Amino acid sequence: MKKLSLFALLVLVVRRDLVLAMRRRADVLTTLFFFVMVVSLFPLGVGPEMDMLRKMAPGVLWVAALLASMLSLGRLFSADYLDGTLEQMLLAPQSLSVLVLGKMASHWMVSGLPLVLMTPVLGLQFDMTVEGIGVLMLGLLLGTPILSMVGAIGAALTLGLRGGGVLLSLLVLPLCIPVLIFGTGAVQAVTSGLNVSAHLSLMGALLVLALAFTPWVTAQALRISME
Amino acid sequence: MAINWFKYSAPTTFYGLAGKLIPWFAISSVILCAIALYIGFAVAPMDATQGQFYRIIFIHVPTSIISMFLYLVMAGYAALGLIFNTRLSSMMASAVAPTGALFAFISLWTGALWGKPMWGAWWVWDARLTSELILLFLYLGFIALHASIDDPRRADRAAALLAIVGSVNVPIIYFSVKWWNTLHQGSTIKYSGTSMHIAMQQAMFTMLVACWLYAIAVTLMRVRSIILERERHTKWIAQLAEVK
Repeated sequence: MKKLSLFALLVLVVRRDLVLAMRRRADVLTTLFFFVMVVSLFPLGVGPEMDMLRKMAPGVLWVAALLASMLSLGRLFSADYLDGTLEQMLLAPQSLSVLVLGKMASHWMVSGLPLVLMTPVLGLQFDMTVEGIGVLMLGLLLGTPILSMVGAIGAALTLGLRGGGVLLSLLVLPLCIPVLIFGTGAVQAVTSGLNVSAHLSLMGALLVLALAFTPWVTAQALRISME
Repeated sequence: MAINWFKYSAPTTFYGLAGKLIPWFAISSVILCAIALYIGFAVAPMDATQGQFYRIIFIHVPTSIISMFLYLVMAGYAALGLIFNTRLSSMMASAVAPTGALFAFISLWTGALWGKPMWGAWWVWDARLTSELILLFLYLGFIALHASIDDPRRADRAAALLAIVGSVNVPIIYFSVKWWNTLHQGSTIKYSGTSMHIAMQQAMFTMLVACWLYAIAVTLMRVRSIILERERHTKWIAQLAEVK
């Protein structure tokens, strides 16, 4: 068997997971609908005053994105775990961290990217400014991969447990607080005429940090869960 | 003479040692607690700006410090257990967690009691309050994960990984919350004890030591129960006087 380069391996895993996701399109759409629905519930809950909604919009969208990504994280490893593919991945001679990174990347493309693309429509519902929506999208673009990566640790730790979904949220949500803070902070900065680069730089730093450590930590978590 | 440094790292020997140590820690904790309460409520003078209400800090500040300290202790034991695969370290980590959560809760509760007369609100979204709340969530996550895995070995290792990830995240969370707070609202009423009365310092410090000793005593009691539970099929447990 020919030895795969790490990048080829990454592409292989991403492509496989994307094909699998496309075969079960309902799962992808459920997450997106959940996001849209949660965001739409807020005006019904707090009232239709545009001033208040405009102020709340970044927080509401970010919290909804957090919850939506928690919802889809349960599926990150469970299908592979149930049909035994995950065991083969652990046995494979290739680096498990890269395999995990590939799964994280495809998870983000399936459950994070659609949310980012949906954001402008929802932002307009909340009467956000164009700059506000732009910064919000940029923040989500940097932040949702972090949610997928940090969430993958929780997904690996709770693999195959009863009540895994709720437990997963309990473990992962506190760890995602910085992402929420910098993401909403950037939008608030731009609406009050301040510089947004500090928030977005910090978010970028978190992304790099997550990229460096979470695949390895997740691989360790998978080994613990599968032994 | 060669000393066996690792003698008490085995649950078999540690069980007996812990049993002997518990009364000492427990009794000294009670005595120091009584002394601290006496100094705090009878000796320390009334605060010029805060009146009698400030006396809550004699409980609030030590419990906050201990709750943060215990998270590090827990993560440290968890890391030891994960790296060296020592049974006792993992047991200690899971024994520390409930006490840490309790202290975090007491700290939040007394903070609320202090905040009502001082700030006029039970809860403000202050950076310290928020990060203490998140610390409580981290403790609860550790306990919940440990409780939901049946196999104790897997539970130990999974919870250990979570504790380590959490401890890496704690500074990031703390600073992000701090910046978030300064961005949202100007600094709320800050309590800066610039020139603290000596009796106040004594009361606070004594209570800190008392809380620490209490945490040790309770952790040792809990770890003894965990040892009994995990090793219940072994011969040495069957031969213990309290089991027979």
